[in-house]
Amino acid sequence: MTNNNEPLLRLDHIGKEYYGNRVLSDISFEVNSGEIIGLVGENGAGKSTLLNILFGMPVINSTGGYEGGIFIDGKSVHFTSPNQALAAGIGMVHQEFSLVPGFTATENILLNREVLNGSLMSYVFSERVSTLDREAMQRRASTAINTLGVNISPDMIVSEMPVGYKQFIEIAREIDRKNTRLLFLDEPTAVLTETEAEILLTALKKLARSGIAIVFISHRLSEIKELCNRVLVLRDGKLITDAKTEELSIRQIASLMVGRENSRKNDEEPVDTSSEEPVVTEDLNETLNLDPKANKKKKKIKPALKVEHLWVDMPGETVRDATFEVMKGEIFGIGGLAGHGKLGIPNGIMGLYPAGGKVRLFGKRLTLNRPRVALNRKMAFVSEDRRGVGLLLDEPLDWNITFTAMQTQGRFLLGIPYIFQMRNEHAMAKEAKKFIDALSIKCTSSKQKAGELSGGNQQKVCLAKAFVLQPNILLICEPTRGIDIGAKTLVLDTLKQYNKENGTTIIITSSELEELRSVCNRVAIVDEGKIAGVLPASSPAEEFGMLMMGQKHINNEEGERTA
Amino acid sequence: MISKFIKNAGWPRIIIALFLLALFVTAPFVGVNIYTSFNNTLVRFGMNGVMVLAMIPMVQAGCGLNFGLPLGIIAGLLGATLSIELNTEILARLAGLGTQYKISWLTQEFITTYREPLGFASALIIAIPIAAILGWFYGKLLNRVKGDEMMIATYVGFSSVSFMCIAWLLLPYKHPTMVWGYAGRGLRTTISVEGYWLRILNDALSLKINEHLTIPTGMLIFFAVMALIVWIFMRTKTGTAMTAVGSNPEFARASGVNVDKMRTISVVMSTILGAVGIIVYEQSFGFIQLYMGPFYMALPAVASILLGGASVNKAGILNVIVGTFLFQGILTMTPSVFNSVFQTDMSEVIRLIVSNGMILYALTRKVRA
Repeated sequence: MTNNNEPLLRLDHIGKEYYGNRVLSDISFEVNSGEIIGLVGENGAGKSTLLNILFGMPVINSTGGYEGGIFIDGKSVHFTSPNQALAAGIGMVHQEFSLVPGFTATENILLNREVLNGSLMSYVFSERVSTLDREAMQRRASTAINTLGVNISPDMIVSEMPVGYKQFIEIAREIDRKNTRLLFLDEPTAVLTETEAEILLTALKKLARSGIAIVFISHRLSEIKELCNRVLVLRDGKLITDAKTEELSIRQIASLMVGRENSRKNDEEPVDTSSEEPVVTEDLNETLNLDPKANKKKKKIKPALKVEHLWVDMPGETVRDATFEVMKGEIFGIGGLAGHGKLGIPNGIMGLYPAGGKVRLFGKRLTLNRPRVALNRKMAFVSEDRRGVGLLLDEPLDWNITFTAMQTQGRFLLGIPYIFQMRNEHAMAKEAKKFIDALSIKCTSSKQKAGELSGGNQQKVCLAKAFVLQPNILLICEPTRGIDIGAKTLVLDTLKQYNKENGTTIIITSSELEELRSVCNRVAIVDEGKIAGVLPASSPAEEFGMLMMGQKHINNEEGERTA
Repeated sequence: MISKFIKNAGWPRIIIALFLLALFVTAPFVGVNIYTSFNNTLVRFGMNGVMVLAMIPMVQAGCGLNFGLPLGIIAGLLGATLSIELNTEILARLAGLGTQYKISWLTQEFITTYREPLGFASALIIAIPIAAILGWFYGKLLNRVKGDEMMIATYVGFSSVSFMCIAWLLLPYKHPTMVWGYAGRGLRTTISVEGYWLRILNDALSLKINEHLTIPTGMLIFFAVMALIVWIFMRTKTGTAMTAVGSNPEFARASGVNVDKMRTISVVMSTILGAVGIIVYEQSFGFIQLYMGPFYMALPAVASILLGGASVNKAGILNVIVGTFLFQGILTMTPSVFNSVFQTDMSEVIRLIVSNGMILYALTRKVRA
């Protein structure tokens, strides 16, 4: 079927810009039939964009197309819709399920490719009125499911299946397509249990032997290592590595993914440092000693916040079992990949999402699920969802800045508490003015509506809102998301300065690992709802990368094996 | 300058205002007395003002426009009918209290002199707790249907009216001026308040300018006081929290505000204002209208505040004043002027087009889902 001289798929200098923002540049690689390729990269490395280009997603065309060429069997192709990509034999299994919940497995697998009964009606009108050959459909569905090596009844309704099954149905749908020769799997194992993942990996190997090429995207590097023939590492929109899996250790892959040239000395040649054996420090006291600020008084420092077995039911950011301590006066970072629960931790502590477990604040137990209680205990929160939770977009700035303090601490009010209190517009405007000057918020006056400000200035308003509360602990989520570089530096500097001047304990949650490492004393990495480890910020980037990929244990084993 | 004014005032208001102005200008030429027209507009403004005011708390708290106003109106109707039913008893009790606690000014003479204001006050005093209780349940209901408040509110209003249609017949009212003459029980559809508190606010401190124009000072002052109460309330800590809940419930929650409680308070306030509003309306109108009377009462109030420039989630006192004046102005002027010009009755058509058109216009402008 394939031309032997030409690879199944060849990408030639693919690049992509979104509104002048370069997300992919100069990506070239080949995929041969029967090959399994692992594609890895951090969030925002450009994986999704690459998939969108290959699959002809409309978002690519509507934002100005892409650069470079795609060749299938040596022939140049340019997909403008997913249907064209499907016709060319490219199958894709997305992270989010695209199944019809109320349909059975069979119906989902054969959706729009149903086996039809011929009849007079369909002859006279069109195929659209013909009936379905249920038995034949069942057979085809069973064949596809069996190929995967799982035991799922074709009559089972998708909405009643466990998530793992749904993933298999998605894959079965792709392999049922006769002409599928290239299969893209976007984090297929993320929702699977370990045994399910193993079954899937075996099935994929079997598929590859039958000649289908597979591109496998996963954050679980051990799977990549086990399954793939070759690894492609994407970082900041560039293809960093294209190597045989045997040539790289998991540690090396991790460091390639997160390593930034020009950031820190030990990152410059990440592959080399990996041969050393840096210790993943978990012991809190040990890391605490590395924390110069906390150690300043040479006294035993008490934890400001002690979190034990915290779970938070935040959609898309579920926290399963988080245990960590934050010292007084520390800047503590929480990092990790999107969707693994790092945002759930501060949101859960503040009571914004249903949570359980033990949280102690300066030794005293904190009642969860009650935002008011959290605020009364002098914690302040800056939400990652600036426009959704962080601001009153239709209200003036002074409202935004002083509202929380007014409601929880009874400030900016005139009158007698509990009987009659009116807001003190004058004091509100004065306080707002103070912060507008201090944080140089660009606005016409304190009466301007928050919705009219730019992202960076809105973020400063959110910070001002938290500072007004004079918190003992400040929890900040994604402080620099969606703001320009100048504002980023200013926001981070403000936080550092605030920490230094007031000794406030600050907990920053961010997707930008580099940002955390530059601001924080210690950084915890969250992986699949659990704290994978807490490291001093000065630890090499690859250490963080390993934790992020959930590779700590496997790596240790590997280390032992190589030793 | 002009474009800025247009932007601030908004096209709908300018068009309606110009239309109203045109009506006032045309009026003298078609033989309509401008003083009478203006007098009617003022009276109707005072009559309806408080009911339009009732829209503010719920809009500000993000519960949308109070299409369930009939619920508050029913509380008001209960207060009004009970105040008449129990009039003699209430006054006797008051006299009793006067002698028992030796309150020097609360004499029989005082009570006889101020029989009517006391009757009006008793209507309010009875209506407000009923409205508060009904509003509390109504608020709890609306908290369960966040996002669909206005549709549910409409049905709350309609069904409560239907329910009361049965209740008005069955409740054990006995007063001869209120019950059906032939059966001796069941309330009549229309009950006169004459002899109880007819025009009690209208005539208080009223200024007679000329034969055709009398300013109903008392009623306007009453409206102003109610507006001031709402204005002050929206500036209290609770009022501020309520506004924040309407502006962004997530923000309010993250700031430690009990969102559902604020919403319930707003609905209770709105219902109470509706109850007070209908009593003000009745004292001027002269009749208590039961049964299907409250059925469409919400629509003019909703249309008025929207006409005044309020949106589905932002409303202020100024919106109430401007909107009520324009809406009631159109309502007063169109029948007299149009009927004189065209010799047909267009008033109802115009009223429906303006009120429903305004509601439609505002709902399509709804920014936040």
